Parts: sequence; C-alpha cells; structure tokens
Amino acid sequence: MKTTKKQETNTNFGSSQFIPPVAGGVSGSSSSYSSKRWSQAIAFTIFKLMSYAVVAILVLILGFIVSKGFQVISWDFLTKSPEEGMTKGGIYPAIVGTLYLVLGSSLFSFPIGIMSGIYMNEYATGNKIAAFIRIMTNNLSAVPSVVFGLFGMALFVNVMGFGDSIIAGSLTLGLLSLPLVIRTTEESLKAIDFSYREGSLALGATKLQTIWKVIMPMAFPNIITGLILSIGRVSGETAPILFTVAAYFLPKLPTSIFDQVMALPYHLYVITTSGTNIEISRGIAYGTALVLIFIVLLVNVIATILRDYFSRKVKM
Amino acid sequence: MKRFLEKFVEGALLISGSVTSITILLIIIFLFKEATGLFNSPVVEEGYVLAMNKSNPVKKLNSYQIKHIFDADITNWDEVGGKEEPIEVVRLSDLTNYYTEEELGADFENIPAKASELTASRPGIILFLPEQYIAKNFDGTLLSKETMQPGDFFGGTEWYPTASPSPQYGLLPLLLGTLWVSLGAILLSLPFGIAVSVYLAEIASMRIRNILKPLVELLAGIPSVVYGFFGLVVIVPFLQETFKLPVGETALAGSIVLGIMALPTIITVAEDAMRTVPRAIKEASLALGATHWQTIYRVIIPYSKSGITSAAVLGIGRAIGETMAVLMVTGNAAVIPHTLLEPVRTIPATIAAELGEAPVGSGHYEALFALGCILFLITLVISISIEFIGRKKY
Repeated sequence: MKTTKKQETNTNFGSSQFIPPVAGGVSGSSSSYSSKRWSQAIAFTIFKLMSYAVVAILVLILGFIVSKGFQVISWDFLTKSPEEGMTKGGIYPAIVGTLYLVLGSSLFSFPIGIMSGIYMNEYATGNKIAAFIRIMTNNLSAVPSVVFGLFGMALFVNVMGFGDSIIAGSLTLGLLSLPLVIRTTEESLKAIDFSYREGSLALGATKLQTIWKVIMPMAFPNIITGLILSIGRVSGETAPILFTVAAYFLPKLPTSIFDQVMALPYHLYVITTSGTNIEISRGIAYGTALVLIFIVLLVNVIATILRDYFSRKVKM
Repeated sequence: MKRFLEKFVEGALLISGSVTSITILLIIIFLFKEATGLFNSPVVEEGYVLAMNKSNPVKKLNSYQIKHIFDADITNWDEVGGKEEPIEVVRLSDLTNYYTEEELGADFENIPAKASELTASRPGIILFLPEQYIAKNFDGTLLSKETMQPGDFFGGTEWYPTASPSPQYGLLPLLLGTLWVSLGAILLSLPFGIAVSVYLAEIASMRIRNILKPLVELLAGIPSVVYGFFGLVVIVPFLQETFKLPVGETALAGSIVLGIMALPTIITVAEDAMRTVPRAIKEASLALGATHWQTIYRVIIPYSKSGITSAAVLGIGRAIGETMAVLMVTGNAAVIPHTLLEPVRTIPATIAAELGEAPVGSGHYEALFALGCILFLITLVISISIEFIGRKKY
C-alpha cells in the first residue's frame, strides 16, 4: 500500500515511517485498513481546502481593495487636502496626522515598554512582582480599544484638560500598544541563553553593563521587529482616537501637540458612513483603505527584512 | 557612584514596569467613577419635573414606566400600582387645552399658578414641566428627585438615551446584540480556525507552512476599519441580495466580519497548543498502528483541548470588544434581536457612535461609561478564565 503524498511531505512530524507498511497492523482486516486510509485522505483534503479558503478570504479582501484603490491613488491624492465636502481632493492631512500619532505614541510606549520588559526579565525574574506585572499587562492587552478611548477621553481630554489633541490621542494609543511592546521585549530577552549573562558577570561587568553591552545588542533584532509591528497596529486603530484627537475635516496641518488632526482610519470611517455624499466619496474611501493596507504591508515587510538583516549580522 | 547608577536604573525600570498596573487601576477608577454617576442622575430629563395629584398613591415611577405612560402604552394608574384611575398626560404645550392664552398670561407668567391649580383639581394627572414653572407652594407630588435605579440599567429592555421625558438606558438589547454577534462569529470561525491550525501544525509541509503563516499574520494586521469598510461594500450588499432583506446591515454581517477578524487569534493560539503535544505521545499512537488522522483526532486534539478552548475564548473576547467593524456593518438598531438577519447594536458600537453626542457629565455620558465598565468586566473575566484554562492542563 502506498503512503499518500501528504505524509511524505510532512517534515515536522515524520509519521510515515511509523505507520505499519502492511495492512492490518492493529485493526486486523485489510478493508478496515483502507477505510482508515480513506477517512484520513478525506479529512486531510477538507483541512487543506479550509486552509486555502482562509487564504482566499485574505486574497479577496486585499485584491478587492487594491484593485479598486489603485484607480484612485495618484500623486495629488496623496499630497492634497480634501475638497468640496470630502468628495474630491486628497488625504494628505490624514496621512500626516497618522504619522504624528504613530510618532507620538511610539515616543511614549517604546521607552516605557522596553524598560518594563527589561525589568520583568532581568531584575524581577520569577518573583511575585514580575508575576503581578505580567497578569496586569495581559489584562491590559485584553481591554477593548473602545474602552481605551473612553479612558483617554476621561483622563487626558477632560481631567488633564488637553482637549482633543495630538498629545491626548498619542498617550491613549501609547497605552494601547504598551502590552505589545512589553511582551515583545520580554520574549526577545528570554530567548537569550543564560550563559551570556554569566559570562559577562564573570568578567567583572555589573548587571547594568551586562544588560547594556551584552544582552540588549543581542535582543535588539527581535525587539525592533516587534516595535515595527506595533506601529502597524497603532496606525490602524480608530476607536481610541475617536474622542481623543480625530477631526472630521481639517485641511490645515497641526502646529502644536495640542491641535487636533485628521487620521487615516477615522477618515475612512467617516467618509464611508457619514460623509456629505457617501456615493461620490466612495472612490476616496477605496484610496484611503489602500493607503492603510499599504502601511500594514510595508510595516510587515520592513519587519521581516530587518529581522533577517540583523540576525545575519549577529551571527557573524 | 557606579552602585548608585545601578540602583537608580533599577528604580527607573521598576517605575516603567508599574505603568501597566497603574493604567489598569486608573481605567477602573475613571470608568467606575463616571458610571456610578448614572445612578445619581435623574429619571426625568434634566431641568424638568413630573408632577402628580397629591391624592395619587403612586409616589415613585421608574424610567421605564414614565416612558410608557408618555407613549400611551400605560393608560391607567392601576398598571403602575395606583388606584383605578385613567392617566391624564399633560405637557407644557397641552396647558392651552385647559386654559385660554389670556389666563396663562402674555408672558406665561401665570403658568406656575395654573399648573398648581390644574394638578390639584385632577386626580389622574401627570404633568411634565420645566423646573422654572413650578411654584414654591406647588400643590401636588413632585417627581424630581427620583434617580436611575440599577434595575433600570441592568434589567432595562430599551435603549433610548434621548427619549423625552425619561431617557431609557437599558443594557439588555445591547448586551444581547453583542453576544449574538460574537457567538455567531465564533461559530463561523472556530471550524475554520481549528482546521487551519491542524493543517499548519500537523499536515502542511514546512514550505507551505512558511507561506501560510505570514499570510495569517497579515490577516491580523489589517485594521478593523478596513474590515468594516470591506464588510460594508461587499458582505452587506451580498447578504441583502442573497436573503432578500430590506437592509443588509445585520447581525450576520457583523458575525462574518468578526469571524474573519477572530481567525488569526484562534489559529495562532490553537496551533501553538498543538505544537506543544510531546513527540513521544504522537509516536506512541502511531506505533500502535493508528493513522496520522486517527492520531490527530484521538490524541493531538484531546491533548490540546485546553489550548483550543483558550483560542475559542480569546476569539470571543476579541469579537466582543471589536468596535469599528461592527459599528459599520450591523445596522445599529438598539432592539433585542430575534434572528441573525436583523440589525443589532453592540456595546462597543454604541459607545463609539454616541459618546461624541453625549454632553460631558450628562446621564447619557455616564450611561456610556457604564457600558464601558460592563465591557471591561467581560474582558477581565475572559482573560482570567484563560489564565485558569491554561493552568489546568488536563
């Protein structure tokens, strides 16, 4: 009896050599053996088809938005302000606004996230504080984004009096991405073999020197990849900025961190649901969606390239 | 000097580490502080009062009863615990039915006196007036100090935050809407999620896995507003055509979009769980003559049951908290849903859609924060239960 092709290609398991090559190993009769084979073939085909269906969904979504969006994208679309009730013109202020928000939230979440990741893995290893922080970080990462929006509105906009502003939005987004940054840092540090730390300490380096000169340079590639992926997430978030920074229409660029800005995801939301003329704005919506998708793709590609680049460098 | 620097850095790192805990604490404080304000907010629209005849034994009305009295669904006092007496609803504009314009005065300066007189003379009256028209020696029972009760919120079946004279902040339609959409989503995505994770963990070759895995991660990276947009322009019209619906924005549309969005979470967690199955157990099964497929469904899936459960629960958690995509495709009708083909409104969508219009500090604003609390508590329960599931290995 021939083994199926799928099993031959199965490298992570290597099961085929364990299956009795002759019929009836346990079950006795050859007919039940072949029915076993059949049910396996059918089940595997179903799994394969369902997996490809998921890929097809992704291709459908991306393909749809890319094909519709490409007809709209032009240099003017990317560099001009919206005109005539957002039925014409471009999305330049929204792109700039999203960049500001990404920058602002990164300035907040990267240092704090990396530092708390270091604390959890290097200083508080295995003790109660680390366990507590880890539980809290997990809880924070499970908090829905709209709750961050509520919280940001109550704390930064109203109590601290920032109003709808870049700083309020950036802090809200920063808190949202903090768990991701912490987890990335912690995982990257955890992957480094303990002997490096011992080696450095044995040479007389202090703990801080060990972290700064030995551990961080090694963990850097993985950390940077995680940070870049968190940028992708922040740039697409809508709910947290609804009430903390996003402006419906604002052709001017912001001049200070206390100004409102337009942002790409919010722009896409308003022109698809509540624009002055939804039908005419549809083209702009496709374009905006494409720009958002493009940012996500770009971020993923950059992260992959950087990871490869650094890991090659570290090995040498 | 060196020691001081070491200590200083450690302190700074500890402070950074505590930021997430402080944030959780602040979220709880702010959300609950604003939300409890709801139960101090008046039942009647702010700046207005309800007045009744003194002889009326009914001294309290909750917001639900008030709304239905003014909608003429309740027409007799005995329905709200009073005497057998028809209810006579009088608004400010109705006063002209009882008094001529001369009697009310050119500048309506006589309204306070007349309102008092009218209330005293009619046993079945319920009068709805702005506060400034209530005389000091008003002859009747005033319903101005009544506040929202927890029952009005948790047991309320209607969500009409702008209803007059009594806004309705009923949680149930929104909670049920959220659960319908999320459960629908998980029912759609769980079979696919498990199938893909089995395929990735056990069946696919390394080469195919290296292609599929980044694609699944890409699915997780697409912003929710883009999913919402895609749902609105593709899935909603498709459902409308297929089921011949008056509107395509339904709970089912939300479930489909959320199902797609929950896929990466489910796949990643379930696949990780299947990969942790010890090689020895798999090999033992194969050595007994089981086929690869028998090993998968008799050994690997039962062994990674807790991981698959975590995946499903995490997926539900993501679906419950998802805002923008749902807001764009579910139609946002705040009614208790009966089928998946009706418009529904979820808790996050309600917050996102209404917070911009609710004046800061109003009952509506506080009610939205109360919704935020509910959402926060649900996700907290979910992350705690995942911790629990993860610990219990068998």
